Amino acid sequence: MTDLVIIGGGPAGMSAATAAYECGIRDILILERDENLGGILQQCIHNGFGLHNFGEELTGPEYAWKYEQKVRELGIPFKLNTMVLDITEDKIITATNEEEGIFQIQAKAIVLAMGCRERAKGALNIAGTRPAGIYSAGTAQKYVNMKGYMPGKEVVILGSGDIGLIMARRMTLEGAKVKAVCELMPYSGGLARNIQQCLVDFDIPLLLSHTVVEVHGKERVTGVTIAKVDENRRPIEETKQYISCDTLLLSVGLIPENELSKRAGISLDHITNGAVVDQDRETEVEGIFACGNVLHVHDLVDFVSQEAAIAGKSAAAYIQGTCKKGAAITLKTDGKIRYTVPQKITANKDVNVYFRVADVFRDVRINVYKGEEIIFSKKKAKAAPGEMESIVLKKDLLEGAEELRFALED
Amino acid sequence: MKREMTCIGCPMGCALEIELAADGRVLEVKGNTCKRGAKYAETECTDPQRTITTTLRCEDGRMVAVKTDTTIPKDEMFEAMKMIGGTVVKLPVMIGDVLVKDVFGSNVVATQNRS
Repeated sequence: MTDLVIIGGGPAGMSAATAAYECGIRDILILERDENLGGILQQCIHNGFGLHNFGEELTGPEYAWKYEQKVRELGIPFKLNTMVLDITEDKIITATNEEEGIFQIQAKAIVLAMGCRERAKGALNIAGTRPAGIYSAGTAQKYVNMKGYMPGKEVVILGSGDIGLIMARRMTLEGAKVKAVCELMPYSGGLARNIQQCLVDFDIPLLLSHTVVEVHGKERVTGVTIAKVDENRRPIEETKQYISCDTLLLSVGLIPENELSKRAGISLDHITNGAVVDQDRETEVEGIFACGNVLHVHDLVDFVSQEAAIAGKSAAAYIQGTCKKGAAITLKTDGKIRYTVPQKITANKDVNVYFRVADVFRDVRINVYKGEEIIFSKKKAKAAPGEMESIVLKKDLLEGAEELRFALED
Repeated sequence: MKREMTCIGCPMGCALEIELAADGRVLEVKGNTCKRGAKYAETECTDPQRTITTTLRCEDGRMVAVKTDTTIPKDEMFEAMKMIGGTVVKLPVMIGDVLVKDVFGSNVVATQNRS
């Protein structure tokens, strides 16, 4: 029996582990499938991490090292190269690695911190051939930054998520020619600063409302046909344009990696693709918590660490038998606000609620309704899907509520 | 003269509006929400600077992530990449170790450990 098992040794897992330790839990085990702690941060060699949590601009590996040092100093055990195969509702974890074969651990509490993966090209329905030279942006990032291989010389990027933008700059600095970044939506899903420092700095065109309609090439990509799309996101025939290139990178979104959560019978939110949780990040299976990108995809690792600390602390309270929960208040959204995390509140305390909007909105109010009454209202000059928002609901506002409705209104 | 730009100082990415004098001096900065934004606008208009993050190959063939420990002139980014590239890193290497000296006044330091 292990008190607390944490699945994943990335930023979320390490932060959850140190937070639980600081609450008095000593019997902790982190299971990590890669050969290092740090997760995806190890390949995110660019800077800009840590401004919130450390007050300085760190690169991904430096940010990960801050937490890894803490894990090592506290002596929190971790197993690397260890793949978790199964989790049950009763918190029995089946895992495997080279030394131990297949083994099982009974945990008192589990924190899920498996992160997310990239949406793949199969999900996109692009016409044409399937030659070599099509990579997800994160795969290309791994090749360039971890392996030292350049995936290609002339590049078109589909999708303007942050990883795609970062890779546009990275490959340009390494000598590739990035010909265009096509974005289906009329706005970019990436951070404004990345459009500046990764595209504008290098004169790389960002083509909004554009998509790749065909891939050309037999053995290797020889080019792509792109087109402008109409308001229904359908390609406009007359705007078709051929661009020669040997590489197509896809930066088309991230999906929380929840196969294990499903095995444990945890209910998922169909918008976030992550677990349904309360303010403690406890899932609907008692004693199993979730945090970081496996719960919902974050823009900034700083917020991942903060959320994971909540999960670690709550798991500690669960193990120590000190967590008290009341009746659940359900948080509903109006569609313009796509989701909230947490999805429910089960304790009478101040709660930080995170959410994303469905489109770009200007001069709007975030209103929170209890029945017909607005209990919270905040003005927002601009809200965009690429930027996670948050508000603090004070505990006195929650009293007597069964349901709160989040709405974006003029 | 007016110039518009996005601040790259933090993930907020404030939209800055800068009023420039005929000689290029910055007269006024609007749109920033912190002091760093005003400073960024000033240097971006007079002497734009960037930090470079890249990788070097270690003697055993693995890669190690590195960065310039201060910013360098934006126009020299490609030249800096040439100066840095080709360096073979001796093991072990710890975060903060200086691997290449004086790249436009900046040192290239490791941002990853390799043993």
